[in-house]
Amino acid sequence: MTRKTLWMASLPAPVLIAMLLLFPGSRKLAANDQPSGATAAVNIDNFVFGPQTITVPVGATVTWTNKDDIPHTSVSTEGVFKSKVLDTDEKFSYTFTKPGTYPYYCTIHPKMTGKVVVQ
Amino acid sequence: MTDKNKDLIDQNLQDLNNDGIDRRGFLKCMAWAGTGLVWTMSGGIPSSWAFAKTAHRSGGNGADFTFVQISDSHIGFNKPANPDVTATLQAAINKINAMSRKPDFIIHTGDLSQLSKPSEFDTLDQVLKGASAKQVYFVPGEHDMLSDNGEQYIQRYGKGTKGSGWYSFDQKGVHFVGLVNVANLKAGGMGSLGHEQLEWLEDDLKGRSASTPIVLFAHIPLWTIYPDWGWGTDDSEQALSYVKRFGSVTVLNGHIHQIMQKVEGKVSFHTAMSTAFPQPAPGTAPSAGPMKVPADQLQRVLGITDVNYLVSGRSLAIVDSPLDSGSLPSGNGGGSGGR
Repeated sequence: MTRKTLWMASLPAPVLIAMLLLFPGSRKLAANDQPSGATAAVNIDNFVFGPQTITVPVGATVTWTNKDDIPHTSVSTEGVFKSKVLDTDEKFSYTFTKPGTYPYYCTIHPKMTGKVVVQ
Repeated sequence: MTDKNKDLIDQNLQDLNNDGIDRRGFLKCMAWAGTGLVWTMSGGIPSSWAFAKTAHRSGGNGADFTFVQISDSHIGFNKPANPDVTATLQAAINKINAMSRKPDFIIHTGDLSQLSKPSEFDTLDQVLKGASAKQVYFVPGEHDMLSDNGEQYIQRYGKGTKGSGWYSFDQKGVHFVGLVNVANLKAGGMGSLGHEQLEWLEDDLKGRSASTPIVLFAHIPLWTIYPDWGWGTDDSEQALSYVKRFGSVTVLNGHIHQIMQKVEGKVSFHTAMSTAFPQPAPGTAPSAGPMKVPADQLQRVLGITDVNYLVSGRSLAIVDSPLDSGSLPSGNGGGSGGR
């Protein structure tokens, strides 16, 4: 009888742990989530993405800010992400959940290119 | 005064085969705002002379015509380089309306708007309504493609055009072709015409007599001016090969917000000033963006292009004139220009 009570007492903990393990998994499905908390910034100015190549950990969120007096976009060449048109001071963020190399460019001024390396 | 003009003409002639005018040459040109430079193509041989305000233009027999090219109005732009681009566009229209001979039509070589917003296109239409010439032909700039790949532009200005807005029309025996080189731009590239448009162009020109004068107009320059800043069109060589056989070809572009000219055989290339803001000469600034000039000089670096077509001599005269064509500034730093 005592063992049964002990069993019942110990049940909630594994259940709770299991639930905790499940939650992050379901949260990962949401866009713009920041499970790792890491952030990085790319400034757009003078028709240049700065830094042109940025390296971030998996789960990091990169935020592009347009500091130029001309609108720009930040669009992945592989269709992974696509900002709207960013006028001066507007921002675009994307969270990289998979490792890899992500080249991108400005669709308005295609000579402007950049790369996000996620590792 | 005459010698000074001759100096500048010679300088410009020497620049014919260079990539463009340098900053000093650009500023020198601005110093003699008040006259215009006339370029004429006659049988493939360019000639130029300073155009005084009282220059006599032959014509009036109805066989020749004129049109005006305006470009890069960027309606919606409101940064320090020009806080009121609508006002300077209006000044350009006023200048057109003040011409002694009303142009037959206007060609706008793109970047009508800053952000492809409906309100920006509305404002542009409102200003153009007041132009003496009611017929306006357009081609889009990259700033006009920002909503749904140019859907707004096509709906408003692209009726009867093909693909991303290309088309052709004829006026008094001259064949005009509006090309679009700002759609589907590839990473790392410059302007692009694309396979479909090139096929259409080849077909459009087929069978036309080689003596038909051709005018091509597109937003981004169809010759390579400065690749680092995207000032060129990756596949323009193929397009130009289709017009090689014609006796007179004129290419009108915008995008770079300054005048540049080049003559190659029977093809004469010309870019227009913007009506909104100037941009730096190639390589003279960190980027191609809007160039700030002192407020009282702004209207001297914005302008329109008047094109005179003389059917009789089969020649095209191109005259660029700034919005403010006031008196020449004195050595002491300029009196107020006429307005």
